[in-house]
Amino acid sequence: MKEEIIIAGFGGQGVLSMGKILAYAGLMDGLEVTWMPSYGPEQRGGTANVTVVLSDREISSPVLNTFDTAVILNQQSLDKFEPKVKPGGTLIYDPYGIHRLPTRTDISIISVNAMEATLELKNSKAYNMVLLGALLKSRGLVPIDAVMKGLKKTLPERHHHLLPLNHDAILKGMELVK
Amino acid sequence: MEEEIRLMKGNEAVAHAAIRYGVDGYFGYPITPQSEILETLEAERPWETTGMVVLQAESEVAAINMVYGGASMGKAVMTSSSSPGISLKQEGISYIAAGELPALIVNCMRGGPGLGTIQPSQSDYFQATKGGGHGDYHLIVLAPATVQEMADFVGLGLDLAFKYRNPVMMLADGVVGQMMEKVVLPPMRPRRTDEEIAEQCPWAVTGNPEGRKPNVLTTLELDSAKMEKNNERFQETYRLIEANEVRYKEFYTDDCDYLMVAFGSVARICQKAMEDAREQGVKVGLIRPVTLWPFPYDAIREAARNAKGVLCVELNAGQMIEDVRLAVGLDIPVKHYGRMGGIVLDPQEILDGFYKEFPEAKKI
Amino acid sequence: MTLDEIKKAENIVAAKPRLLNDSTMHYCPGCSHGVVHRLVAEVIEEMGLEHNCIGVAPVGCAVFAYNYIDIDWIEAAHGRAPAVATAAKRLNPARMVFTYQGDGDLAAIGTAEALHACNRGENIVIIFINNGIYGMTGGQMAPTTLLGMKTATCPYGRRADLNGYPLAISPLIAQLDGSCYVTRQAVHTAAAVKKAKKAIRHAFENSMAGRGTSLVEIVGTCNSGWKMTPAQANEWMAEHMLEKYPLGDIKDTTKE
Repeated sequence: MKEEIIIAGFGGQGVLSMGKILAYAGLMDGLEVTWMPSYGPEQRGGTANVTVVLSDREISSPVLNTFDTAVILNQQSLDKFEPKVKPGGTLIYDPYGIHRLPTRTDISIISVNAMEATLELKNSKAYNMVLLGALLKSRGLVPIDAVMKGLKKTLPERHHHLLPLNHDAILKGMELVK
Repeated sequence: MEEEIRLMKGNEAVAHAAIRYGVDGYFGYPITPQSEILETLEAERPWETTGMVVLQAESEVAAINMVYGGASMGKAVMTSSSSPGISLKQEGISYIAAGELPALIVNCMRGGPGLGTIQPSQSDYFQATKGGGHGDYHLIVLAPATVQEMADFVGLGLDLAFKYRNPVMMLADGVVGQMMEKVVLPPMRPRRTDEEIAEQCPWAVTGNPEGRKPNVLTTLELDSAKMEKNNERFQETYRLIEANEVRYKEFYTDDCDYLMVAFGSVARICQKAMEDAREQGVKVGLIRPVTLWPFPYDAIREAARNAKGVLCVELNAGQMIEDVRLAVGLDIPVKHYGRMGGIVLDPQEILDGFYKEFPEAKKI
Repeated sequence: MTLDEIKKAENIVAAKPRLLNDSTMHYCPGCSHGVVHRLVAEVIEEMGLEHNCIGVAPVGCAVFAYNYIDIDWIEAAHGRAPAVATAAKRLNPARMVFTYQGDGDLAAIGTAEALHACNRGENIVIIFINNGIYGMTGGQMAPTTLLGMKTATCPYGRRADLNGYPLAISPLIAQLDGSCYVTRQAVHTAAAVKKAKKAIRHAFENSMAGRGTSLVEIVGTCNSGWKMTPAQANEWMAEHMLEKYPLGDIKDTTKE
């Protein structure tokens, strides 16, 4: 098993931490993982992206130019990464704020109304967890209890009371993918 | 502390490894992209557990001189910085080398020259391997490519430093410093006691000369004949290190028509490019020098023996390529491919660069 | 009294401290360093610190201090002695750690290290020899050189508009919360030598008691650099140097 994932959006949307939780979940599940934040001039445009690789074998490059799965949270990132999804790969995106929809036909495209769902949850910080739920439902990758273990590791103890809220958000995200 | 599996940045791994390998003192100064080392150490408060000293100095200059002071006492001491800060440390590094002192210096390289950029780079290769400071000296230079190696090389670096009484530089880059990976943190190695230091390092300035002549750690020798003798002793050590400590990793070098040479994080990106090339039927091999000094000249010469060309991939304008050319000689073309200023290259870019330099490779 | 009688312990009125070895000092005749070396050696000996002490030598005339006092020494890079001493003390807090620095070393290239070590309140002692000139390199201007004073790099006399003003380090250090004892002494008369020794002893005691940083400035002479006889240099110092650098305690928190 090897999955090369890009998560891209605006800074502040929880892109990097979503990647970190996913990587930690992979670690909990016994996988090799890399988490590589974006570098280069595009970082200054207010966009943030992170490359996460999950694999049952040693991972060579943490820097990639094509991806099995892209999780896209804004238009700029959609424009940039839609062409970089491997044929047969998956593109998950939140249509909130997207005016030019993805057009490729050789990949599966999943639209997830994560922003809407987050507003329903009345927990704006859970946005990235809703998307993570959608990613897990569409791609499998790691079991939800590995994610919860990863979350427990990444959250400071004083925030552990938030774990059930995050769990709910992940389940909500899973529901959004049919 | 037991062995532990964690997900963390390379910089954080250095800090945790320093505590676990029984480092006595860390002296640093903040600079991007390596500040997590000092931050993590301050957050971990090792002075309450192992007794390790952690100090934010007033400058890189002060920090390296604190390392010089600690090393003079036979303590296991280290500092870390990034390129502009490492330039400031060069005076102290030269003194540490001249004092035949063990110390670990971590450089998490960023793009230069000048204040440059905070993005990753490998443009301090010359500085690390060819001197940096004044005088005829060498650092042992270790180039980590994984977060695990960032942790492991703290232990290896200190062991080599004490074995040869010579400073060791871990030449990392912003990629491996800032990325997160699985890392197995080593079990706790206790700090050495004063008695152990006195026994293992009879030269150490411990402050207690009872039963021996006072120890003086100085790098000054105004008698040129004696200073030449000192230099001859340093050179003997370097020859010994060259004979014993060359480290490298090779991939598919047995049958390669083309050889790539890269170090640090770039070697991993090259590995992917090599795999992609092989899928396209082009027999590419890869050598990753793990020690940049001593440099694996023989291994590269051997691997390139039947190659039609060698591509040296670096995040700089072409520095290691000079050593690769020395290794390979003039009969095989050696080309450079790289980016500068903090741009990190991806596997496709390397492959494109490879085909551009060696267009005939595509026809095979 | 015969010579043998004179040598008897009960008849000795003055002796070289044991720690001050028989190496011939490279200092010029008349230089203040020799006297201060002796005082430091005496204090270490009297406090029983010879097996519990690390000296940090500077770059400058006192670069070879380690050749004369038989204790463990580290020779620091120019100006960096307080950084070296910081690490030495922190890594082995039981030790007495002191630096011995001249005015070029401390007041020019090493100002940052000295100021920050004192500001952190490192439990070290800084012995600071101020003779207003770079002796080792042949008599160039120091930050402490007086206005009008001639040196190799201000051959017509130091001018404020060209070279700035003489720098008084001790009052600066005294302002820092980390310093506990800052004093300015001299060794040009027998009485001054006595006082200077008392100051050095007090500083060493502060250090061992963990009270913070102590700085003992010794206003000294450099008769070679000043181009005077030793006697003239002492007179000139008393007349001119002490006007800009008056003697006495500047700060002593241990008395408050």
